[in-house]
Amino acid sequence: MFIVIGFMFTGMLVGYLLRKRKVKFINNAITILIWALLLLLGIEVGGNKEIIKALPVIGMEAIAITIAGLLGSLIAARLLWKHFSKREKKRA
Amino acid sequence: MKGSLIIVSFFIVGIILGMTDLLPIDIQNSQWSFYTLCALMFSVGISVGNNPESINRFHTLNPGLLLLPVMTILGTLTGCLVVSFLLPERSMSECMAVGSGFGYYSLSSIFITEYKGAELGILALISNIGREVITLLFAPLMVRWFGNLAPISAGGATTMDTTLPIITRCCGKEYAIVSIFHGFIVDFSVPFLVTLFCSVNF
Repeated sequence: MFIVIGFMFTGMLVGYLLRKRKVKFINNAITILIWALLLLLGIEVGGNKEIIKALPVIGMEAIAITIAGLLGSLIAARLLWKHFSKREKKRA
Repeated sequence: MKGSLIIVSFFIVGIILGMTDLLPIDIQNSQWSFYTLCALMFSVGISVGNNPESINRFHTLNPGLLLLPVMTILGTLTGCLVVSFLLPERSMSECMAVGSGFGYYSLSSIFITEYKGAELGILALISNIGREVITLLFAPLMVRWFGNLAPISAGGATTMDTTLPIITRCCGKEYAIVSIFHGFIVDFSVPFLVTLFCSVNF
């Protein structure tokens, strides 16, 4: 599992060593690799009849997780915002 | 937005290809996606390492706002933990792995597919696309109900690219640097947190 993260750190080192020369093509490479991987993910999902059948349930679960995660982060952002507004008022 | 549509269409073409058995080789049982993922992470690493000055730009930031990415991560994970009790089919760590995508749907769904299989992978894809779409649609309401930092927190890993325009419009231009900094940190945390929650079981 951690092999993948190892690849990222190796890339960072290589990128840093090459920092004098801007590697512009790398963003195109990232885009194409992402396309390729989502195509592969689609093929895997499409070939699995059980997943296709369960798609409505999976979709509902996905949205439930999205909304819960969003609400959690919104409340956390509000706490930080309130904290700042209070400090600003004190200073004023 | 155009970029997201292209990505989704690649995924849909993939589903159709998979359903029709048109492919001559068995991609599903090969290691192709793992090798591609390694190549992708190597490229992402190069793009980060190649731009050390992008990190130096954050010096001008209000130090308190450095906490915002931490709040986003803790808030999201707490929400996912709570909702896992309502989803009997999904464990806590699975829900937190999905939430750890923070809207970075391409990378998180690829990682989760690699670690946990295609079913949780597609769940992560839908969930994280949803996060980006909801942020784009509801950013103005979020400002009214949860304050100016709310759309940045909601946008998660996307606040340095796809949701940056709506954030600067709803929160004000002065929030652009916070937004980019926040996106950068949360984005960077995605592979680590997803790997962490995929490798534990609770």
